[in-house]
Amino acid sequence: MTRFVLKRLLLLPVLLFVFSVAVFAIVQAPPGDFLTTYVATLASSGSSISAEQIAALRQEFGLDQPVWIQYLKWMQNLLSGNLGLSLEYQRPNAELIGERLVLTVVLALFAFAITWIVAIPAGIYSAMHPRSVFDYVLTLLNYVGVATPNFLLALVLMWVAFAYFGLSATGLFSPDLVDAPWSAARVVDLLKHVWLPAVVLGVAGTARLTRVMRANLLDELNKPYVTTARAKGLSEWRLVLRYPARLALNPLVSTIGWYLPLLFSGSLIVATVMNLPNIGPLLLRALINQDMYLAGSILLIYCFLTIVGTLISDILLAWLDPRIRIEEG
Amino acid sequence: MSTTEERISVASNWRLVWWRFRRHRLAVLSALVLAVLYAVVLVPDFASTHDPEATDARLAFMPIQRLHLFDGWRLAPWVPAVTGKRNPTTLRMEWRIDEGRKIPVRFFVAGQPYRLLGIVPARVHLLGAAAAEDRERVHLFGTDRLGRDQWSRLVYGTRTSMTIGLTAVTLSVILGVVLGGISGYIGGLADVVIQRLIDLLQALPTIPVWLALTAALPRDWSPQQVFLAITVILSLVGWTTLGREVRGRFLALREEDFVLAAELAGVSRRRIIVRHMVPTFLSHIIATSTLAIPAMIISETSLSFLGLGIRPPAISWGVLLQEAQNIQTVALAPWLLIPGAVVILSVLAFNLVGDGLRDAADPYSQ
Amino acid sequence: MTAPVLEVKGLRVHFALDEGVVRAVDGVSFTVEASQVVGIVGESGCGKSVTMKAALQIVEPPGRIVGGEILWRRDGGPAIDLAQLSPKGAAMRAIRGAEIALIPQEPMAAFSPVHTVGDQIVEALRLHERQWRPAGSPLSRGEARAMTVDLFKSVGISMPDQRVDAYPWQLSGGLRQRAMIAMALSCKPRLLIADEPTTAIDVTTQAQILNLLRDLQRRHGTAIVFITHDLGVIAQMARRVVVMYLGRVMEQGPVDRIFHAPAHPYTRALLKSIPSVHSTPRTLLPTITGSIPHPLGRPRGCPFHPRCPDAIPGVCTERVPALRPVSPEQLASCFLHSPDEAEPA
Repeated sequence: MTRFVLKRLLLLPVLLFVFSVAVFAIVQAPPGDFLTTYVATLASSGSSISAEQIAALRQEFGLDQPVWIQYLKWMQNLLSGNLGLSLEYQRPNAELIGERLVLTVVLALFAFAITWIVAIPAGIYSAMHPRSVFDYVLTLLNYVGVATPNFLLALVLMWVAFAYFGLSATGLFSPDLVDAPWSAARVVDLLKHVWLPAVVLGVAGTARLTRVMRANLLDELNKPYVTTARAKGLSEWRLVLRYPARLALNPLVSTIGWYLPLLFSGSLIVATVMNLPNIGPLLLRALINQDMYLAGSILLIYCFLTIVGTLISDILLAWLDPRIRIEEG
Repeated sequence: MSTTEERISVASNWRLVWWRFRRHRLAVLSALVLAVLYAVVLVPDFASTHDPEATDARLAFMPIQRLHLFDGWRLAPWVPAVTGKRNPTTLRMEWRIDEGRKIPVRFFVAGQPYRLLGIVPARVHLLGAAAAEDRERVHLFGTDRLGRDQWSRLVYGTRTSMTIGLTAVTLSVILGVVLGGISGYIGGLADVVIQRLIDLLQALPTIPVWLALTAALPRDWSPQQVFLAITVILSLVGWTTLGREVRGRFLALREEDFVLAAELAGVSRRRIIVRHMVPTFLSHIIATSTLAIPAMIISETSLSFLGLGIRPPAISWGVLLQEAQNIQTVALAPWLLIPGAVVILSVLAFNLVGDGLRDAADPYSQ
Repeated sequence: MTAPVLEVKGLRVHFALDEGVVRAVDGVSFTVEASQVVGIVGESGCGKSVTMKAALQIVEPPGRIVGGEILWRRDGGPAIDLAQLSPKGAAMRAIRGAEIALIPQEPMAAFSPVHTVGDQIVEALRLHERQWRPAGSPLSRGEARAMTVDLFKSVGISMPDQRVDAYPWQLSGGLRQRAMIAMALSCKPRLLIADEPTTAIDVTTQAQILNLLRDLQRRHGTAIVFITHDLGVIAQMARRVVVMYLGRVMEQGPVDRIFHAPAHPYTRALLKSIPSVHSTPRTLLPTITGSIPHPLGRPRGCPFHPRCPDAIPGVCTERVPALRPVSPEQLASCFLHSPDEAEPA
């Protein structure tokens, strides 16, 4: 077991290195660079900037160097813990990312909790009472939930809240507490606002999870060991929860690792629609403006989270299923 | 043996799949819905009532004019007329449905000329006002802020979105089957390389990568180029799951006796793959790819909504939904959300059909 | 004579499928005396498993008991009709495992793969504690484990201390079957149902398991119902035999009579089709003509008549023969022996 984990941990920096190259290539892909967009924006708003100023800025930002030198500089900075400077905001990236990362994580965790708390019991109940009214309704909801893009759900919910209740459900904080430093009041405010985005984020995942849980459990319920347990005299609920449910859960647990990065990614789009101070809108702007160190750093963080997530999944799965644990060594 | 059993025993694999599929009524219903949608894809000019890009700021935010099929007891389709008054304070037009005044509507009317399938000149449209002068006044799904007819825009948007879904998945399938096949059947170094590639691509977070790639598209590309690029981008990231599956299948099949028998009989490798191995899991691939289309559609819609995918003046569901970004706008004109309903409907239909196909194609279920 | 431990009377279990109703068990009656071994034999699909699953009320939906009685007698107590008990109710659950135990088919898959065998047996012990140990302090973990080790020893599992902590897939087929037997016997049931216990294991292990079962039966006085399609196993193990076909009992009686003087054409055909060392070499092995009809296409009248060499046209095709005695302790449902005894329509 430990060997298994160690092997994956050693692979981590290699993967990150490969990803950093890929990420940097993608960020640099559009023609031009940050300054071209900057100049264009200035031009469209009426001001202009002289060629010497552009050249000077170019040198200052290091944009006149060949691409691979820029990459090396970035790597050098990363390895010393410096995420670089945002060209647009002229602030350290670490600062920009930091405050939003916390909120992104909070939102993702809430969505995750909602998803699992709702989906697992629903899936279990549905599998135990197939073809009942509850099952049909749930299946219908699941299908629709999976079919709805989360930004659309966000739009509809926000519209309903606005048109029928007069609520403005944007942002994660009330206007007066947006930029305030952390305090108990701010935390409470966050809790009041976070549940709607968390529900929106979690709906598709909940629908999918319920369907998979139901399907897995139905498969397991047909297996001989369930008959044995029933013949022993166990009550239905006890026997379902102790045996087939546990087995049905195993493949789902292995998806947790996938799910967390998915939540972070999914929150990108929802955050843009609902105006959440997330990493999402930050990344979007950085990509469009070619703020390369900022975009690159954010993308790399996403890659890192994905790899860690997968690792967590594999560890969890091995821990839960003795067949894998003992065979892997 | 009863006649039913006899028919089953002599039916080919494809007929069996079809019979099993037919039993899932929901799946069949969904397939019909998809057929209707794809029919619209083929002939958008026929289905639309106006020029989707014709703007008229005076006609902004007109409400839905509901199509009624019966006038009293007669079968005479009509839509209510709309009257507008300019609000003196906001200077905006406020529209009212006038149920009293009916505009008669006919099916298969002559309208603006177009070319059916790009070749045949035609004038007939699915629907339109009976009287020529009323033609511009029928907006089945209302108008947006630039006065563009939403029904027609939806029709054209359907064409783009459904086509992207299909082409992206087709590309993914080709990539997946070819690369997965090479990896699984030939093995060796090719296998290792392709597997590592798949691992790498799967480890990349999809949405950020999509965002990045689509943001990288130059702003001055033509809509066709953008369309092609989006299709390629979507399929580049999507082929990995299928590739892995195909590889697994080839690996398993390689050891099967019937493959060994073919090899011993001297059948060429290519023939073995194409005629012996692929047919065994072709139906499964079709089912899986049908289930992959919804993801593509949702991705394209989301990206276009953010302004990164298909861009105006091209029309797709995502582009249409961009008009509904603003809550105040939506509160004023809720019909702008109708494209969202169509997205959900199409994705639902694809999922149901895919599920039905998957159950029908699985030789071990019943 | 003591009253029988289990009495099945006219049991009917039907499965309501989309295509129609499958009458898996269609009027089955037999008895099991205390400490007796009864064998139920028949081809696949004849309803033998379903009959005994009905006794435990674990028939899978859409199967349902639609008629008949399953009378169960505890020591010196009145008979309870198991068919009337609710499948999920406490009364039935108390009987399962503690009074009637099942050794299921497929020992390979009958244990949960993510729990140790020891855990699964201790669970059974704990569950029915009040029944096999009515007066006594609650079972401690150490006690439970010690009991499990003892059980393993009694079923012949070597190194029982280590095996208790093993996962089922770490054990060989034979060991798993023994563990399954240990679990079934753990709460000292009065009746053991062995559902094809030797089908999935090799012949050598099969002999060992059969010996073990016979030994345990003698020691504990448990009645056993042996379900199998293997006539050889029946000959070794059973005292009484019940021959089933298409959900009905064709013949039943003491094992000697059934094997040496079978009354029903089906039994006769089955016995003839066993390959034997004594049969003439180079002759065709006799088989039963035709094949088992589709469950939805049951023949009218006697279920066996389409394949019966002695079918009486007009009689066997119209009415269903009732189970009637043909000699002391032997019953058969055949018009050849009881031409006037038909099942009420």
